[in-house]
Amino acid sequence: MSNNSQDAIYLDYQATTPLDKRVLDSMMPFLTNEFGNPHSTTHSYGKTSANAVEKARKSIADIIKTGNAKDIVFTSGATESNNLAIKGTAEYYGKQGKNHLIVASTDHKCVVNTARELENKGICQVTYLSVDEDGIVDLKELEQAITDKTFLVSIMAANNETGVISPLKEIGEICRKGGTLFHTDSAQAIGKIHIDVNEMNIDLLSISSHKIYGPKGVGALFVRRRPGPRVKLIAQMNGGGQERGLRSGTLAPFLCVGMGKACDILMEEMDQEIANIQKLRDHMWQRLNSELEDIKLNGSQEHRLANNLNISFSYVEGESLMLGLPDLALSSGSACTSESLEPSYVLREMKIPPELSHTSLRISIGRFTTLEEINKACDDIVKAVKRLRDLSPLYDMAKEGIDINSIEWAEH
Amino acid sequence: MDYSKELIDHYDNPKNVGSFEKEEKGVGTGLVGAPACGDVMKLQIKVNNEGIIEDAKFKTFGCGSAIASSSLVSEWVKGKTVEEASTIKNTDIAKELALPPVKIHCSVLAEDAVKMAIADYKDKKDS
Ligand SMILES: Cc1ncc(COP(=O)(O)O)c(C=O)c1O
Repeated sequence: MSNNSQDAIYLDYQATTPLDKRVLDSMMPFLTNEFGNPHSTTHSYGKTSANAVEKARKSIADIIKTGNAKDIVFTSGATESNNLAIKGTAEYYGKQGKNHLIVASTDHKCVVNTARELENKGICQVTYLSVDEDGIVDLKELEQAITDKTFLVSIMAANNETGVISPLKEIGEICRKGGTLFHTDSAQAIGKIHIDVNEMNIDLLSISSHKIYGPKGVGALFVRRRPGPRVKLIAQMNGGGQERGLRSGTLAPFLCVGMGKACDILMEEMDQEIANIQKLRDHMWQRLNSELEDIKLNGSQEHRLANNLNISFSYVEGESLMLGLPDLALSSGSACTSESLEPSYVLREMKIPPELSHTSLRISIGRFTTLEEINKACDDIVKAVKRLRDLSPLYDMAKEGIDINSIEWAEH
Repeated sequence: MDYSKELIDHYDNPKNVGSFEKEEKGVGTGLVGAPACGDVMKLQIKVNNEGIIEDAKFKTFGCGSAIASSSLVSEWVKGKTVEEASTIKNTDIAKELALPPVKIHCSVLAEDAVKMAIADYKDKKDS
C-alpha cells in the first residue's frame, strides 16, 4: 500500500481536481503583497484587490455566457451556492404564496438534503423527480409536476457519480413555460460541457472552483437579473451587504482570482481537453469491457461527461476491489465505503439492483491523466477483478447458471 | 479505512479458497448473507469419522473484512471437533482482525457460516 498519496494514480477528478500551476501563480500575489480588502476601495490596496475580484467575476460570467458579470455572486463553494439558491428563493417566493419545490432525486446531497430540510420545517412541499435507467429525469413528469405554486425547479447539470448529463435546454424551456425558475447545480459540468444560461433559460446556477483545477473553498452562484425573469433571493448570510447583499462577508481575493483564472484556462483549452479526456476514457472502457466479462456501465453512455466511468463489476464487492487496487485513487458506490452502510442512492434511483450497486466503481479522469496511467489502471483492475471473482461464490453460481434471485437469502 | 496487518494478510493471501462437492460424505455447507446486502459467505467443512474437521474451504463475496473473516474461520475450524468449532465466537474473530466497529457484522456472518455448515453436516449425517 502506498503511503505517499502522490504514488497512487489519481482517478477521482470528480471528487476534486489538483490546482493548476497557472492558477496558483495567479493567486500568489494576493497571498503576499496584495492583501487589501476588496470592499475597502478608498485606497489603492483595496482597489487592487477589488479590480482583481471583478476581473475574476467577469471570467466566471464568460464561462456560462452571461453578458452580465454582476449576476455572479461569490460563495464558499457549490454547497453554499445550492443552499443559497434553494433556501433563498424558498423564503422570498414563499412569502408570495409559492411553496412548491421540484428537485431531481439523483441530485447531490447538498440539494436533496436542503430540500428535505425545507420540507421538514414546513417551508415548502417538495417533488423528487424520478430518473430512468440512464439516470435522466422524465421531462413529461417534470411538466406535470409544475403547478402555479412551484417557485423553483432544481436539476443538476451533470451527476457526480455517473457523469450523466441532464437535458438542460429542454428543462429550461419547460420551466419558462411553466412560469417557474430553473436552478442547476453545474459543479460537475463546468468545463466539460458548454453551458449558455440564456440559451438554456437557466435562472440560477451553482459552480465550484475545486472541480475545475481552482482552489478549494470558493464557488459562485449565478443569479439572473435580465434578460428574462429577475430572480429574487433572501440572503442566508447577513452582514456588511457584500455581493449585492446576497452574501455578506469579506471576499478572499486569492480564491476569487484563482477561480477566475481556472475559468480563463477552460475558455482557452476546454474543447481540446474534452477531446483528449474522452479518448482516454473510451480507451479505458474498451479495454475493460473486452478483457472482463459481465461488467456494466451505469448510466447513459451517450449523455455522459467525457471524464466518467461508473462500472459495476458483477460478483465483486466494490470495497474489496478498491482494497486490491492500492496504486489507484478512486471511489465506489458500495455501501461498505460509506458511513451509513447504504449503497449509492443515485444508482438505487436508477433502479440498479443493490447487488450491482455494491460492485460499482467510479473512475473519473482529467487534465493531467496520461495514457500510461490509464493502461496501468486497466491492468490493475483486470487483475484484481479476476482474482476476486475466483474468490466469489456468486461468480461460481453464475458460471453454473444459477440465478441468484432464485435463492432465498437471509437478508441481514 | 485503516485495516490491521492481520486483516490485510488474509485479504492478500486468503487461506482455503475453494469448494468441496456439496454431496460428498462428511461435507457440511454454510451459505450466509445476501448479495443485496453486499456480502455472501460460503463456508464448507469436511468432517472425518472421528468427528474432527479435517479440512475447510470458503468463497466470499464482500468487503475486505468479510473476506478476511471467512479466511480466518476456515483456518480456525481445521483440526477442531465439530463441538469445538461451534463455540467460535464472532468477538474472537473481530478481535483477531481488529475489525473497525462498522465491520463487526462481517465477523457475525463468519460465525453464522460456521454454525450453518455444522448444522448442514449434522443434518446430512442423520438423514
Ligand atoms: C454535483 C455537486 N454538487 C455540489 C458539490 C459540492 O461542492 P463544494 O465542494 O464546492 O461545496 C459537489 C462536490 O462534491 C458536486 O459534485
